[in-house]
Amino acid sequence: FLICVAIRANYPLYIRSVPTQGELKFHYTVHTSLDVVEEKISGVGKALADQRELYLGLLYPTEDYKVYGYVTNSKVKFVIVVDSSNTSLRDNEIRSMFRKLHNSFTDVMCNPFYNPGDPIQSKAFDSIVSTMMVQAC
Amino acid sequence: MENKPIVTCAGDQNLFTALYGSLTQQLPREPMEWRRSYGRAPKMIYLEANFVQFKEELLPKEGNKALLTFPFLHIYWTDCCDTEVYKASVKEDMQRWQAALRLHGSVDWLIAVVESDNKKKNKTNILPRTSIVDKIRNDFCNKQSDRCVSLCDPLKESSRSQESWSSFLMKLRTLLLMSFTRNLGRFEDDMRTLREKRTEPGWSFCDYFMVQEELAFVFEMLQQFEEALVQYDELDALFTQYVLNFGAGDGANWLGSFCQPVRSWNGLLLRRPIDMEKRDLIQRGEASLLDLRSYLFSRQCTLLIFLQRPWEVTARALELLHNCVQELRLLEVSVVSGALDCWVFLSCLEVLHRIEGCCDRSQLEANSSHTVGLWTYATEKLRSLGDLCGLVSENGPNSEDLNKTVDLLAGLGAERPETVNSPQSPYKKLKEALSSVEAFEKHYLELSHAAMEMYRAIGRLRSARLLGKSLAEFYMRKGDPQSAENFLLDSLKSYVSESWSLPLTHTRKQIAECQKQLQKMDEYLQTSALLASDTNLSDEERRHFCQEILTFASQTAEDARVALSMSSVTRLQELCFRPSSALVHVSAALLLELRLCSLMPVPVTLEHISASIHFTEEQPGSTAQKRAAQNPDGTVTFPAASPASASALELCEMLEHSPSDNTLSSAGLACRNMHLLMRRNDSATSLDTPNTALTALALEDGAQMLRASDVTLSPGNNSIVFTSQKPGVYTLRQLCATLGRVQLVLPHLYPVVQYEVYSQEPQLSIQPLTEHLLAGLPQQVKFTILTGHYSVKKGDALQLSNTDSMPVLHSSTRSARILSSSAELVAESALSIQSSEKVTSISLPVTPPYHTLEFLLDVLCHIPSCPARMESELPQKQLWLQQSGCRVSVDCPWSIYSTLVSLTFHVPFKVKHSLLSVGRRKFIQVCLQNVSDTNFRLTNQTLTENQHTPSLEQQCVFSVWELRWSGVSPVSLHCEFSASFAPADAPDAALKPYRYHFTLERVSTLLSVCAEIRPAEGEQDCRTGALCRLEVSLTRLSEPSDSDEEYSDTDGLRTTRLLYEVIDNNSNWAVCGKSSGVVSMPVAAMATHKVHMEVMPLFAGHLPFPSIRLFKYLPHHASPVIPPDTDSCLENDSLSLDDQAETASLRSRGSVQSLGSGESAQPRGPMPKRQAFGPGQVFNGTQGQQVLVLPAADHHLMEVNVT
Repeated sequence: FLICVAIRANYPLYIRSVPTQGELKFHYTVHTSLDVVEEKISGVGKALADQRELYLGLLYPTEDYKVYGYVTNSKVKFVIVVDSSNTSLRDNEIRSMFRKLHNSFTDVMCNPFYNPGDPIQSKAFDSIVSTMMVQAC
Repeated sequence: MENKPIVTCAGDQNLFTALYGSLTQQLPREPMEWRRSYGRAPKMIYLEANFVQFKEELLPKEGNKALLTFPFLHIYWTDCCDTEVYKASVKEDMQRWQAALRLHGSVDWLIAVVESDNKKKNKTNILPRTSIVDKIRNDFCNKQSDRCVSLCDPLKESSRSQESWSSFLMKLRTLLLMSFTRNLGRFEDDMRTLREKRTEPGWSFCDYFMVQEELAFVFEMLQQFEEALVQYDELDALFTQYVLNFGAGDGANWLGSFCQPVRSWNGLLLRRPIDMEKRDLIQRGEASLLDLRSYLFSRQCTLLIFLQRPWEVTARALELLHNCVQELRLLEVSVVSGALDCWVFLSCLEVLHRIEGCCDRSQLEANSSHTVGLWTYATEKLRSLGDLCGLVSENGPNSEDLNKTVDLLAGLGAERPETVNSPQSPYKKLKEALSSVEAFEKHYLELSHAAMEMYRAIGRLRSARLLGKSLAEFYMRKGDPQSAENFLLDSLKSYVSESWSLPLTHTRKQIAECQKQLQKMDEYLQTSALLASDTNLSDEERRHFCQEILTFASQTAEDARVALSMSSVTRLQELCFRPSSALVHVSAALLLELRLCSLMPVPVTLEHISASIHFTEEQPGSTAQKRAAQNPDGTVTFPAASPASASALELCEMLEHSPSDNTLSSAGLACRNMHLLMRRNDSATSLDTPNTALTALALEDGAQMLRASDVTLSPGNNSIVFTSQKPGVYTLRQLCATLGRVQLVLPHLYPVVQYEVYSQEPQLSIQPLTEHLLAGLPQQVKFTILTGHYSVKKGDALQLSNTDSMPVLHSSTRSARILSSSAELVAESALSIQSSEKVTSISLPVTPPYHTLEFLLDVLCHIPSCPARMESELPQKQLWLQQSGCRVSVDCPWSIYSTLVSLTFHVPFKVKHSLLSVGRRKFIQVCLQNVSDTNFRLTNQTLTENQHTPSLEQQCVFSVWELRWSGVSPVSLHCEFSASFAPADAPDAALKPYRYHFTLERVSTLLSVCAEIRPAEGEQDCRTGALCRLEVSLTRLSEPSDSDEEYSDTDGLRTTRLLYEVIDNNSNWAVCGKSSGVVSMPVAAMATHKVHMEVMPLFAGHLPFPSIRLFKYLPHHASPVIPPDTDSCLENDSLSLDDQAETASLRSRGSVQSLGSGESAQPRGPMPKRQAFGPGQVFNGTQGQQVLVLPAADHHLMEVNVT
């Protein structure tokens, strides 16, 4: 399973998980992971060399899943949660998934009819996430 | 670490023992650079050695790969300086030693020859020092001369001894390193070969493990912890990969031993450098997965702590624990439920203890971000153990739970000897925690609070709240909602402020449960309301919570009502005013339609909905700008409240006009909620912003309310009809729905919604139906009564005071129309008009307030008798020569004061009259001009009998009468012109009289002017350019009346002085010589005076005569008193004369005027003055007379071109 989230200023703009059961637990996990994201962002701010690196890496492992983070320059956070037993996803795959998410997210933001701050309802974004989920599972 | 590389010593043991101390001391003093194979970076290492006596057993046997016990260097010590002794015994001994070494393939050896001066002195037959060393070198070290070193006086403090020591140590170190490189390289090669065989069936990980660990040990022995750690990490990775491969279906045989069921879960053991028990298990191939992992980690941990990297330990520990759980799952190892929890719990605490053991307190606190994960994990695991063993319940564990506990405790085994004496050991903690409910609670709370405290300290508030939430769940399970509530509310805050809907719903549900148990009804209902409208919940759950509210609402109880926030169950979407202007007069109905979207799952019947309103006694209309949110169609749309849209820009248009000419000087957009948007959005503070929405539900006790009863609130619209009382501005403040004991309150309405109520005084206005009212004809005027707040009752009447000039005409039936405020016809009723001598009373029909009453009335304004003044005094441009203002005084029933209405009537005609003379005959011309838009029939013009009826279509009708009189002509004539007229389009209308009075004075002709133009002498005709004679003869026709003329008596003859003037305005004539002059005219009838002049025609043809004018000449010494009656008409009369009778041009008029005005402007000085005669007093015979002028002699050529 996989769960993808786009978060702006800690409000979830888009959150989707496969499978849907146990969704609540993921929401809790993702919300908690914001702590680490924020910690990492402030840490990144200090290290100037790392500023261009948007991928935050593994935020924190839990017994059942791994939480990865990514933050754009405008501090939009992406979180991907992957099952721990899913060993096919290495750092590089996660990284490219984030990059895809980021690109698609940028497209959504470029839509003049999108009101910044609203939940993302773009079909294009949705399908990107869906294909990623299919690939990952 | 006690292990050191072994160096064997053979030869003279006494000598060695003497040197041992300084050797072990000095060897590690200086570092050596160790160059490594495989391109590994060179390292500086400090060498130490364990010097042992040489025994053949120490030499490794064939196939023995043990490195720890491997002698890396063999040294043979001798202090022999005697060749004989050397040859006798030492050489033989050395040969034996060498043979033993060679047998075992060891090439790492060294012969140390110790020389001392003492010995030299004692012995006489000594060989030179060098010779014995040379001999040894010769005997043993073929080509390896460096294998033999000499040490001089090692026990003496001399520079020579120092030097020899250092070179010896140098040599020793170099050889040691060489040995390391060679032996380790060989070992590594062997190890790699072994690893490459891992795909072979008989390969065993455990065996390989032991081999690589040997290498690790050596590195550790050499203080190369980094290298040692690398060995373990490689092993770790290899094992992990095997497990993953197993998961992928590629199982290795040797993994079978790791798949055995877990029987012992006594956690990590990090207090020993090497856990030999576990190592033995691994060596024997009997270790379980947990054993292997535990051992591996304990070694890694030890090395990391050597490396001063304790925080890596914690991170790796967490990873390890997660990994182990995963691996066990992956390998499908059967584990007693709870066993892993025990293992993880113990391990976490063990790691934490280990870390605490090597760090001081401040270091620990500063790095709690590294340890908090372990704390949390331990907490979680203890919690799940508690759940498993029935320790988290109100009743305590049952027998089944107890059995489980016993099983778990059995798996822990006995406590390890290292921790037996420590009271806080993880083992003891776990045992105690599982022993009783109370102990469990104590430990669990301790852990939870510690973890939460740490999270708070490092600013991970969300994590802390999540922990708090699980703590709350624990309290709830324990039946202690009181303690749970705060934790739940705390975590709810962050979900609300960051709008995470699913966790929000879940937490809220827990809060509802908690509040219900606490009997906090207000809060519970509020939460229920929120849950009932929560779409994340199933319909069933929503209905349940809705029912909770309804049940409570239907209970009858004395205690106060409960106010809930309406926004949780309904959303105010739109508000609509009818009429759309939201502006009504007093007592009119204002319809206010609320569109409420109910979020409840079921229809809810409300007893009533009321909107409290705030009243301000403002002048209605002054707040137009405030109500910007209200659309022109009277609707107000309320934005959906969501945190995202709350931060949307609220833009408004800004147009700036320049104050002088009101042109647009700037246009722009302004953001009205900039202060909100520009606020720093600190996530840390945003988490802590208190959510006051739940608490601030103060119900305003507004005296004024809008109310609608028995509303069923299913998703749909509600409308409220309301009648307002006082004029002013009303602002909607709150909405409140009552549902039994429950009131749903919407505390604030934003944007501000206002409506206005105004009051209006009754007004009466009278307006003409047509553009202008015409005097003399019946005209219709429209009476409009805006009733305002006054309602016209039966019997109310308008009293019009009659005036003579404007009677009100009665007509048979007049009807009044009653219109509503929106200009719709309501009724039509007859109007009765009674008229008495002084007043006309119009009784009004019954009319409700704020209606309009309209009716028409015919009035007639008599044409006022014309003023005697000549109308030509008025400027020509003014079309309406006469206006008649009529003031009508109306007494209205609603006022004690009379209303004065002013009506202006216009006289439709303009009349001009003029006197025309032909010699002595007199004619009067009256010109009647229609200046109105109406066409009239005109009859009965009288001055003489003249019966024709001209039609008057905005044109002039001229009538001419001749005056005849017998006897002396009157000085002045009073005339009256009368005519009858009627509108031309109404042939049956009665003719209205029109009268015009005027007076004519000085009618009779006094003087006549004749002129004659004759050609020059000898000429027959007048020719252009030739001078002609102009003869003007003035003849007095009658004697003037006394007052008429100025006389001067000269020589007994009464004469008047006359000024004549010959002017040609049309440039037909050039007057040559004197053109004007003064003549004295005798005052006698038929006196004649002739004047001759010369004029020259400028053109050929029939030329009119030049105009000849005659004035009275008043000399300057004459009496300055000028008769007032003539004075005023001096200039004007002359003008009118010009206009009417003469074809005088503007230029001459201008000159006359300027002369006249010049005189009037100056004070009366001694200037002669001229005065015009009255109209008709002078008859000018030259008017219309022409003379033929021929062209000049024809000596001009005329060219005619015909083309």
